[in-house]
Amino acid sequence: MIKTVVASALPVDEVLHIKKHRMEPISMSGENKRLCIVTGIHGDELEGQYVCYEMIKRINAHKENLKGIVDVYPALNPLGLDTITRGIPKFDLDMNRIFPGNENGSMVEYIASKIIDDITGADLCIDIHSSNIYLKEIPQVRISEESAPQLIPLALKLNVDFIWVHSSITVLESTLAHTLNMLKVPTLALEMGVGMRITRDYCEQVVNGIFHLMKDQGIWEGETTEVRAPIISTDGKVHFINAEASGIFVPAIQHWKEIKIGQHMGDIIDPLTGCVIQSIDSPCDGAVFTLREYPVVYEGSLIARILGGDCI
Amino acid sequence: MKKDIIYTLKAPYRDDFQIHGYRFGKGEQAACIIGPMRGNEVQQLYVCSQVICKLAELEEKGAIAHNKEILVIPCVNHYSINIGKRFWPSDNTDINRMFPGYEYGETTQRIAAGLFNRVKDYTYGIQFASFYMQGEFIPHVRMMDTGHQNPSLANLFGLPYVVIRKPEPYDTTTLNYNWQLWNANAFSLYTAATDRIDLESASQAVAGVLRFLTRMGMVKYQGHSGYIASVIQEEELVTVNTQEAGIFRAVKNTNEEVKVGDVLAEILHPYEGYVKMQILSPVDGIVFFAYNEPLVMENTVIFKILAKLHK
Ligand SMILES: [Zn+2]
Repeated sequence: MIKTVVASALPVDEVLHIKKHRMEPISMSGENKRLCIVTGIHGDELEGQYVCYEMIKRINAHKENLKGIVDVYPALNPLGLDTITRGIPKFDLDMNRIFPGNENGSMVEYIASKIIDDITGADLCIDIHSSNIYLKEIPQVRISEESAPQLIPLALKLNVDFIWVHSSITVLESTLAHTLNMLKVPTLALEMGVGMRITRDYCEQVVNGIFHLMKDQGIWEGETTEVRAPIISTDGKVHFINAEASGIFVPAIQHWKEIKIGQHMGDIIDPLTGCVIQSIDSPCDGAVFTLREYPVVYEGSLIARILGGDCI
Repeated sequence: MKKDIIYTLKAPYRDDFQIHGYRFGKGEQAACIIGPMRGNEVQQLYVCSQVICKLAELEEKGAIAHNKEILVIPCVNHYSINIGKRFWPSDNTDINRMFPGYEYGETTQRIAAGLFNRVKDYTYGIQFASFYMQGEFIPHVRMMDTGHQNPSLANLFGLPYVVIRKPEPYDTTTLNYNWQLWNANAFSLYTAATDRIDLESASQAVAGVLRFLTRMGMVKYQGHSGYIASVIQEEELVTVNTQEAGIFRAVKNTNEEVKVGDVLAEILHPYEGYVKMQILSPVDGIVFFAYNEPLVMENTVIFKILAKLHK
């Protein structure tokens, strides 16, 4: 059944609705666990849209296997999704920097507080992101150091390629995932693919993972596929490569492939002079798990992240 | 007056991005004044340009104190101003959410780092800022409650109010917050406008800065002595939200005194024109912040009222 989580009126003849799709077992035992799948905080990230569709389709096809409650929230930022806007139109702050929100604050803070109220009490939550329009990511779960002991065992079930345990920084305390983790709803922040696109293989991989995790948690009884064993890494093993020149980046490598130290990764070119402004070689052996997708770069623009060994 | 280039960045298709600094006097790094970081902060640009104009006059007259250096950076982000976007043109990030910056990081982290390294050691940091909600304020000085703030210094601007804000996580990456962590005394000055020029509050801000510099012994300037400020905690301000959406018609404006039950604003049906809702004041006080757009959503903060204070 489809429910409105929160609604707030727009100036002219329109109401903003945040909706969810609730699926319940045929017979409720009273002790059913609840899983929330949320996505669309960033309006330019679309991979989660396909995941939501596929989850609902597969559950409804075998409703007899559902043993818990699954709430699917495809669009926490419906205006952003509808207008190809990462943030919330007419609002300054990133929606993922204002949780837990404030019932008496601005419209966005109000909505954030109602979303938190709705998810609070769930046994598990998965927040699906898809990078941005600039970078392509392999399916990965990002976990802060402080929640690592609790979340890594869950993330291992999700069929991702990589679990990135990052250091805790204050500004990230206002993300949805951090807020829910503090409210005792174990929440996995998942990143995959690239903004404004659907990468179907990644979506299928993650959907299989979610079913595997649901089975592990007693929410699903159907057949599930084997999951891959992700690499678990801390910040120390992740090497960032940023552009040192402004121009057009043309990659010479493929995403999520092995790379050797000194191997050519790509060039930043100048279309006016016909020159290569910067030739980029890998500083280490490893695998490129983040790769620049959008060609126009400035000095500082992220080109790639390499998961690897010692860097020069 | 000496002109420096604080930061340079090459763009793929535009003139080089440069941040300029104007130095007055020489010696100890006494005060640093910073203008717009966002593309709609036109009032802030205007105020900074007027401060530079005044300081140039004072320097000409020999009125800058010996062994004191004042640095004014009139604009941190003309790239956004020139194309009419609030945030950084290529990736929509906000430079004022990137401090203390990272010189090997993303573009706006590098800009923030380049700027911060140049300004962090000044004793006093003054920034002309804008708020994340649309609206107008009574001109005031704002400080973050980092445990390092000193409101009695903020008083020396002679503006009518000093507001102390408890930082939210998203505030920890602003210039003001990081300046204070670095032991500078950091002040953000808010005037009545952002994306238009309000001459009256702009000249109030310019006078406030000169008053502060005079009282701290950096310049010699004869000006009006200003106000003795009321120091308020941001959470003391009474927030008024809308429960309806539509056309917004303000009845009260900033700096007006209101009584409990007074009509602050009306929300009109956008097609049929009748008053859907009157917004009443919940307290006696002074309007400190007022929303200023013609259309309003439900659950918008439209007023902040300073309760029980009379003009
Ligand atoms: Zn995202």
